[in-house]
Amino acid sequence: MFLKPYARSLVVAASLAVLAGCSSTGGTQDGSMDGSGTAGGAGTGTAGTGQVSGTGVNGSGAGQMAGAQIPQGRTIYFDYDSDTIRSEFESLVNSHADYLSSNPNAHVVLQGHTDERGTREYNLALGERRAGAVERYLNLRGVSPSQVEVVSYGEERPAARGSNEDSFAQNRRVVFAY
Amino acid sequence: MRALFASWEGPGGLSTRGAGKSARRMIVGALALVAMAAGSVAQADLTIDITRGNERATPIAVVPFASEAGNLPEDVAQIVADDLERSGYFEPLPRSSMFEQPSSSEEVRYGDWKALETRYMVVGKVSQSGGQAEIQYELLDVNGESRQIGETVTANGSDLRSAAHYISDQIFEEITGIRGAFSTRIAYVTSQGLGDNTQYGLYVADADGQRSQQVLTSDEPIMSPAWSPDGQKLAYVSFETERPSIYVQNLGTGQRVKLTDFEGLNSAPAWSPDGRRLAMALSRDGQPEIYVMDIASRNVQRLTNTNSIETEPAWTPDGQSIIFTSDRSGGPQIYRMSASGGSAERLTYTGNYNARGRISPDGESLFLIHRGNNGYQVAKQDLGTGRLVEISDAQQAESPSVAPNGTMVIFATQQGSTGVLGAVTADGRAQFRLPAAQGDVREPSWSPFLN
Repeated sequence: MFLKPYARSLVVAASLAVLAGCSSTGGTQDGSMDGSGTAGGAGTGTAGTGQVSGTGVNGSGAGQMAGAQIPQGRTIYFDYDSDTIRSEFESLVNSHADYLSSNPNAHVVLQGHTDERGTREYNLALGERRAGAVERYLNLRGVSPSQVEVVSYGEERPAARGSNEDSFAQNRRVVFAY
Repeated sequence: MRALFASWEGPGGLSTRGAGKSARRMIVGALALVAMAAGSVAQADLTIDITRGNERATPIAVVPFASEAGNLPEDVAQIVADDLERSGYFEPLPRSSMFEQPSSSEEVRYGDWKALETRYMVVGKVSQSGGQAEIQYELLDVNGESRQIGETVTANGSDLRSAAHYISDQIFEEITGIRGAFSTRIAYVTSQGLGDNTQYGLYVADADGQRSQQVLTSDEPIMSPAWSPDGQKLAYVSFETERPSIYVQNLGTGQRVKLTDFEGLNSAPAWSPDGRRLAMALSRDGQPEIYVMDIASRNVQRLTNTNSIETEPAWTPDGQSIIFTSDRSGGPQIYRMSASGGSAERLTYTGNYNARGRISPDGESLFLIHRGNNGYQVAKQDLGTGRLVEISDAQQAESPSVAPNGTMVIFATQQGSTGVLGAVTADGRAQFRLPAAQGDVREPSWSPFLN
């Protein structure tokens, strides 16, 4: 039980490494592969930490311990053309839900982002759909709608540059900005 | 949050006297835009790389204009030649092939130019008196050995570029029968940096990318610039409050207003042809839907009501219909509905990604972004036959905007990993790029006719 969250975050880190194209150097952007260290806190300047290894993920059974502080992991990633929350990010989203439920005065902006492919205004709508999926998930977990706001940036604030799948994957994301 | 905006107005202008054509006199104040506010220094000029020439272009010799006042700040004949080449309709003769440089029709020996297989030629001279430059130019039909235009253009101040574009317009219309669009302008968005350090800019430049003027700068995204039909205002989306809102800015006075501040998306403004209404995509009621705002009253009317994404509205030239992108079928396709709402008719069926449509000025063609085997390209669909053809050969084309005379489409594309503007003739025969000196350039919007 004690080790489980740690093991889980390793799984997250491993899957992110897969997602990042197994480059193994990890040195292209910031080495953390989670994007939030460079640009995940777009426009807020608050969400600057976010090392994947330090997410402090609360397993689903750890509800009693949850909510003391804002979870450190602030960015979740999406598959191409998808607004489905990937299973490896469910526990992270749950920990945000627990935090928000435990802190009714806390407020989060869900910043939706897409990769650069396709038209800008349609992507702006897709980014909103992506962040909206997270918003609905939080609401289902008991978070008050008044605590959550969605702002889509579409493809306007990329976390990574480059027309390759590695960059695309880092840019398809929703950032929790408190 | 930190958004700066600039204004300018145009004391410059030019007037013309016709000889070969009917006499005319005109003032074109809007062409000569002079920076007024500090910070609106031209710094994002675009250059031109022709990437695909038109083999069927008409050969024309634009002979360097003689100058009675020594060196001029601008090479008028070169600007004219570049304009004509960029149009895709003409192939200017290289200067190195000109063995003589006549400056008036009396000096032209037609036989020599026929030998160069030149169909038309332009000759001229520039003189200066006071603060004014007088440009006498003639358009000659080499085969017919006749003069088609003889005209004197007076440019106020040193505004030779506007005069040159005006001459290009006259030549283009005389030969093709199509009104020239060289004296128009483009608006576009720039960005530099990555993540939190990104700086966004909104610029307006001449249609050839020169004489750029900064309209707005911000550390939050700027999107979707759209010209009002009178050419005096831009609508755009700015995130400067960390939420997207639609603004309208008067380019002459710099005055601007925040038009929308609804919850959710405030995006994709598109002016009605009469300039009184703006179509837009708002998500205040849930999913993004198409709305029309009456600008004077600020009343907003919802036109679509679906569970899908509806965005990227554009008006048909008659103002009767609105086209838009919807993914109600599963992927983005383009639809058309009455400007007062009601049921929508699907227009695109080729492929599974068709978005961001714009209708040609004659109402007969739809320009759009189509994803096919060559990735995202500008495509043209004949609205009569429904046939769709890709016209660009570019990397990740976006944001097509049609010239007011319908002959060209400007769009955003990539060169390496840098955003640049591209343009292609409406028939796809000629294509060029307009790279910026630094940073990314995107979302071009072609102005209406300004004169």
